[in-house]
Amino acid sequence: MEEVQLNENQEVTTKEFEPKIVGFLCNWCAYSGADLAGVSRLQSSPNIRIIRTMCSGRVDPSFVLRAFELGADGILIAGCHFGDCHYSEGNYKTMRRVTMLKKLLQLFGIDERRLRLEWISASEAEKYARVSFEFTNEIKQLGPLKLQKN
Amino acid sequence: MEKPKLALYWAASCGGCEITVVDIEEKILDVAEFFDIVFWPCIMDFKYSDVEAMDDKFIDITLFNGAIRNSENEYMAKLLRQKSKILVAFGSCAYDGCIPGLANFYDKESILKFVYEESDTVDETKGTLPQPKSEMPEGEISIPEFWNTVHTLNQIVDVDYFIPGCPPQSFQVAATLIAIIDILKTGKELPPKGTVLGADSKTCCDECPRERKEKKIKEFFRPHEIIPKEDECLLDQGILCMGPATRSGCGALCVKANVPCRGCYGAPANVIDQGAKMISALSSVIDATSPEEVKRIIDKIADPLGTLYRFTLAASTFRRKQ
Repeated sequence: MEEVQLNENQEVTTKEFEPKIVGFLCNWCAYSGADLAGVSRLQSSPNIRIIRTMCSGRVDPSFVLRAFELGADGILIAGCHFGDCHYSEGNYKTMRRVTMLKKLLQLFGIDERRLRLEWISASEAEKYARVSFEFTNEIKQLGPLKLQKN
Repeated sequence: MEKPKLALYWAASCGGCEITVVDIEEKILDVAEFFDIVFWPCIMDFKYSDVEAMDDKFIDITLFNGAIRNSENEYMAKLLRQKSKILVAFGSCAYDGCIPGLANFYDKESILKFVYEESDTVDETKGTLPQPKSEMPEGEISIPEFWNTVHTLNQIVDVDYFIPGCPPQSFQVAATLIAIIDILKTGKELPPKGTVLGADSKTCCDECPRERKEKKIKEFFRPHEIIPKEDECLLDQGILCMGPATRSGCGALCVKANVPCRGCYGAPANVIDQGAKMISALSSVIDATSPEEVKRIIDKIADPLGTLYRFTLAASTFRRKQ
């Protein structure tokens, strides 16, 4: 959350916005990749709260919408490269799902860049680290997501 | 024994839910005989002051249909909640927002601007916007205040039970009312709070008589673009049928008439967002291996948001266009 403070002149100053990002990482590839990044002492973005799922195809569209509703500013879904899926084609379903979800977000008036899909294998620790910072910076530029309910 | 008291009220709705109550045919006589109807402005002459004069919890059951669109709807929702023992969100508008909820794609300003300025049918009064309060020679007059967002009943007051459908099917209404009469007569236990009455918990596909095969959708068609086969799954044929993400209970009425399910019974049990569930279903059946191909296929869906959320936009996760 953005922290709002008042300085001596009663002017509002803001600390740098630290986005909340939820990362749904598949157990077999992306999560292992992120794990390897940690073991290899590669720095990755602390803004990403990782949730391990058995497959990127396990991420129901309502998880994404609900995460945004509960305060996520960005959501990363990461799974195996095509052909590598432990369940043979779960990641194809993810790709179709995310493509449709991006369109849905757009139609709801939410920037589709807030949802990102990446393929990260268990050995691509560097890719995870790079993507985590890239995505965090992108969301920083987009600013906090403020949902209007009324 | 004193008769149990029944009230019906309509907020932002079309009146179809009132018709469906009358449409239970001769069973309406049992209802009229068993209950003392204390408030039903659609068919009998009652005033709001009659309700205001009642003691709290005076009404046993209120069937409330219609979404909450303006300050008057809100006032009546709160008043009837206060005066009723059991408040039922009756029909899709009260339950999910329904068609009035589609206004959540726009905001108050743009709706009023179109209706009172830009629409071709506005002539002499062009640009005159309705005001909540106006000064007239006879004194100040007021109309309800129009809201920016349509809400479901549950978002405004505490609701005990829900009856889905646009409108709820009359056989379901009859069965529900008879069940309620039975409960009140015999002193049986009421169903747990929050129960969805007059419907099942599975999906419309569960009641659909059509044959389903393995779906591989390469192209979507609008209903007028092809003549669908009568015994095959409509989604298999490329017609966007909301069946997989819609609660069962209507008897698969639309699909039996060879038109796709529109989703009026709302999301099935344990689903929080009907449109998201439909996306989940579609992602399993669209036959594409690249994002470009997916885009090409879904671009043929006319009005995707209005199709996925035709009845549940106000109740959806985001509730309105951001």
